Parts: sequence; C-alpha cells; structure tokens
Amino acid sequence: MNLHEYQAKLLLAEYGVAVPEHRVADSPDAARAAIAELGGERWVIKAQVHAGGRGKAGGVRIVSEPAAAIAAVTSLLGSRLVTDQTDRRGQPVNHVLIERPSDIDRELYVGVVIDRSRQRLVVMVSTEGGVEIEKVAHKAPGRILQAVVHPLVGLQPYQCRELGFALGLLAEQLAQFTRILSGMTRLFVEKDLSLLEVNPLAVTKDGSLLCLDAKANVDDNALFRQPALAALRDASQEDERETRARKWDLNYIALDGNIGCMVNGAGLAMATMDLIKLHGGNPANFLDVGGSTTRERVAEAFKIILSDANVRGVLVNIFGGIVRCDMIAEGIVGAVKEVGIRVPVVVRLDGNHADEGREILDRSSLKITAAKGLAEAAREIVAATGVA
Amino acid sequence: MSVLVDKNTRVICQGFTGKQGTFHSEQAITYGTRMVGGVTPGKGGTSHLGLPVFNTVKDAVAETGVDASVIYVPAAFCKDAIIEAAAAGIALIVCITEGIPTRDMLEARLVVREVGARLIGPNCPGIITPGECKIGIMPGPIHLPGSVGIVSRSGTLTYEAVQQTTDLALGQSTCIGIGGDSIPGTSFIDCLELFQGDPQTEAILMVGEIGGSAEEEAAAYIGARVSKPVVAYIAGVTAPAGRRMGHAGAIISGGRGTAAEKFAALEAAGVVTVRSPAEMGSALLATLSASRRR
Repeated sequence: MNLHEYQAKLLLAEYGVAVPEHRVADSPDAARAAIAELGGERWVIKAQVHAGGRGKAGGVRIVSEPAAAIAAVTSLLGSRLVTDQTDRRGQPVNHVLIERPSDIDRELYVGVVIDRSRQRLVVMVSTEGGVEIEKVAHKAPGRILQAVVHPLVGLQPYQCRELGFALGLLAEQLAQFTRILSGMTRLFVEKDLSLLEVNPLAVTKDGSLLCLDAKANVDDNALFRQPALAALRDASQEDERETRARKWDLNYIALDGNIGCMVNGAGLAMATMDLIKLHGGNPANFLDVGGSTTRERVAEAFKIILSDANVRGVLVNIFGGIVRCDMIAEGIVGAVKEVGIRVPVVVRLDGNHADEGREILDRSSLKITAAKGLAEAAREIVAATGVA
Repeated sequence: MSVLVDKNTRVICQGFTGKQGTFHSEQAITYGTRMVGGVTPGKGGTSHLGLPVFNTVKDAVAETGVDASVIYVPAAFCKDAIIEAAAAGIALIVCITEGIPTRDMLEARLVVREVGARLIGPNCPGIITPGECKIGIMPGPIHLPGSVGIVSRSGTLTYEAVQQTTDLALGQSTCIGIGGDSIPGTSFIDCLELFQGDPQTEAILMVGEIGGSAEEEAAAYIGARVSKPVVAYIAGVTAPAGRRMGHAGAIISGGRGTAAEKFAALEAAGVVTVRSPAEMGSALLATLSASRRR
C-alpha cells in the first residue's frame, strides 16, 4: 500500500528525521489558514497523489503571493494530475501539502529497501538526489552506495559515518546524518514498510539536513498489525475495480487491452496474459480468482472484468487441482447466466474431472466455447474478439 | 532416488486440526505420504485422522521422530511456527501459507539458516516425489514418477508443467514449489544443486516469473555448475512495471526484474527457454531426446 508524501513525512518526523514545517489542505479555505500559520513570503504547493514525476507535470508550484498560493491550490484541488508515472486519466488531487521553501545547497538520496538476494535490509545513499534513483542505477551505478543492515544489531553508526563521509558530508553533519539513517531504518522495520525513500535529502545553506520529499510503501501482508497505517489508505488513488476486487479477495489489475482474463493462480494468470499476447491479442486485466472458484466469486469476477468498457471477450483459464472442474463449470455457467454476458467467453478447464466440466459447458447453450489446451484457448479468444 | 523427500520421510502437520490442515493431511495420507501426527496447541493427547495430536513440535519430535513438517497455520502465526519447527530440529520445513509479512520472513529465515534446517516456501504448493511422498496442496493424481525435476515460483503453473510432462510420459523425479514471496526459504539455485546431484533427474524444468533476480542468479549457477539439460519458462512478459502481480514477489521495480532480462540471462547460460507456457513439456521432451542421443 502506498502512502502520500505528507503521511510519509509525518512518520519520518516521528522518527527524528527533520522535515520542513508544513500544513496539509483539502480546500482553499484550509490553504488560506495554512499560509497564515506558516507565515513567510514564499510557499511550495505540492499535489498529493500516489505517483512520482509531479514536478514536471505541474503538480509542484512555488508561489510568492498568498493570492497566487490560493490560486494554485484552487487549480490543483479536484483536478487530475497526469505524470509520466500515471495512466492517461491521471490521479485525483484531493490534498495539497504547503511548505516554506528551503535554501538548498545540494541534494542527496537516501533509501531503505529489502535486498531480496541478500535477504537483508539495505540502506542506499547517493550524491545524485532529486532524480529517480533507477536512472542513477542505470547511468552511474557507482554513485549509489549501500550499507547492509544486520537484523540483530541494526544499522551501526560506523556504517552511517562511512556513507556520510563518502557523500562528502562534514564531520559536524554526521551526527544528524546518523540520526536520520537510523531513524529511517527503525521506521522501516517497526512500521513494516516495503520501501522508504527520502529524495531529495537536502543539505541546506546553513548546513543542516532536511527531508524535502518522501515516499513510503507499506507491506500489504503486514497491514493486519499496523491498523494506524491501514487507516491511511486513500482509495481515491486506486483503481475502483481493484478496490472492489479486493473486497472479494480477488486479485485484479487493470491493463489496457481488450481480452478479459479470469485465471486461478497468479503465475498461471500472468502466463495466460502472455499467451494472449503471443497469439496476437491484448489482455485487458490480470485476475487471480484464487483457489475457491465458487459461483459467487466467479460472478463477481465477471462483473469486474466487464465493467471495463474495452473488454470484447473473456478467457477463463482454470487448472482444477483439487477442486473438481465439473463444479467449476457449473459455477461458470451460473455466473454467465446471472451476469448476462454478451461478449464471447472461452473457457479452458484442465485437471480434475475436466471432461465432465467441458461437457457441462457444451450443454449449457450459452455463448461459451470450451477449449481443451492452453494454446487453443488463447487462439480461440483472440479469433473471437478479432471478429467481434 | 529423488530429492529431499521419499517414501520413508516422516511428516507432521502444524495446524493439523484446522480446516486446511485437516483437508490436505487427508489428501496426503491417501496419496501414501508417511504422516506420523500433527500439532495443535491445546489439543495434545487427542487423535485426529487416526494420528496423534501434540501440543508442541518438540513433543511430536520426541514421540514419533519427524523428518519434515508442513505448516498450514494462518499468516500471522507462521513466523512462530517456522521457528518452532526449526528449534525442534526438523530438517525440512514446508510452509504453504500465503500472506506472511516480509519482516517475519527475514527473521524466520535467519533462525532456519542458523540451525541448518531447510525451509520450502512460504506461499507455495509444497514438494512432491511422485508415488512416494506428497507434502503440500498439489493435486496428487496429475503426477507420474519419472525423470524431470521441476522447480517453480508459482502453484497452478507448476501443475501445468506437471500435467504436460505426465502427458508426454516423462514424469517427475521431484517437484518443488519454492513460492511466490520475495523472501523464499529455498532458492532456484538450491534446487538446481539438488537436481544436478540426483541420479533419477535427467532434466530440469524451471518456472520463474517477474520480480527480483533469482532467475538471473540461477542462470549464472547453471552456466557454471549444471550439466543436465535445463528448460525454463518465465511468466509476466505482459506485466506492467511497478504492479504486484498477485504474488508478493512478482513485481518489476525500478525497471528491474523483467521477464525479458530473465529470458536473456537464461539463454546466455545455455538454457532452452519457451515463450509459451503450453510448450514447457514438448521443449523438455525435445531437449531430453537430443541429450540422450549425445
């Protein structure tokens, strides 16, 4: 689960990382009050959306008049911000962050991630702050320095000193730098994060270190024990269909093709999408119905798939392991009737009692084609949607 | 011969009397797995499915002798269950449960490694040596004793691979589902090493997916250490970057972990790759026939 910048900064501040004084506003009136409270002569207005690339997209404005600030807030709130990391519709802006600008000398990068190969937490830093770390990793991997965190003893001060000196920090800045890195590492562990980035970490003209922008993701599997973080979920930033699917324990991800997919198992679901592409079609979604393919869940899955107006056909690919395919077939027939599906549906059933399952589909007098093999199923749905 | 489990492997189940534990233990017993008991705290001294129930893994080990444990307890309690099994000296721990917090796995992995146990999973179908021992949720009847070692990050996609190799009468030596999480207990490399050393295994089928660099690391290992033919399929060519595709570990982050990178690394190591999951079996058959002729 993604957090907003303002939510991440609140957490960072709790763990001793300096952030600029700021206010969050969801209306022009709130913004007016925020500016009065913050005082000063210039303000940074930042759209709060779950996407990077806000600066280039006009989502970050620096203003030097209260009236201009209110105008910026008014134009951002209620709009949709399209950045190079969003889809064409963009993300809705419901909150803005208002800060006093800082006098920046230079910008660093600091991140905490889980290194999957080492199975350890890793702290990454770079002198190339303010740009996407992926670009640095690609162009100048040598500019990224790492410290591996020992799970028992945690990040040690010497590691922070090594990184700090390598970044060219002054001896008197190292205490603050160490505090920031250990605070971030503790935050990451204690709040079950899956990603934490401060980018940029500014070195200000007066020599102090300040978190200007932050990104935090929470481990979805740990939300059950992080109720305070779970409550920060902003459903407006997520695809409505994905939110609806989650309520039914369905794993759905919208894509931009026109062939809907319903599959049991995440790996098989990806493989099915790939197979559609391989046969010249384009998948409209990823959908894992999981192990219990009951009529209710299949019906709900169909409804979610078909709520995408681009969908011109649906491929159902179920490998019946322990669940019998004839039971699954009955569920599919019932769901197709209930939902009233008009687009072609190709169903590939294999595994336990697959022949009986296919018979049920053939007998149903519905517009369902029962395919035997994986490849055949993909060919048929691509052909059916090509003609439609 | 097979790897890790055979007809003599004595297995207990943690979360034995729960719904999942009960169902899959019944299936395992029917398949012929040598189940020797189970653990449910508070139900020690009773009997379930005709087998003794113990309060602790320690008791189960003392009373029955245990080679392997399979874990079906809910995600929130898995760290504890894995560490309990490791501390009791069980050599092979198979965790089926999905949805375990990453932090819990980092900690559990540490303990498992420290005591020298082996963990398979979590978020996996388990391990099976066809005709001898089934530990996990995979459907038994699709398997056939044979010559292909299968290792996979996905559940149902493994069943596809199994079905295809069964249909072609190749059969499987052992199938290991290493799971879809980002911190797995057992890696591709661990399994490749086992299959390379197993006389029954003539060829290896590797089923990977997007996310992480386990396939790239496996490719380097294959290039250096594996002489048996390897066929690989990677799921997720069409997966968008930055989105978690069902499995916790299936995510392209920072442009890394794409299917294209993985295919390229494997091909560079001499692995036969297939772009269609429908062709895993046929590619294996062709590769195996070619290597047998040599």
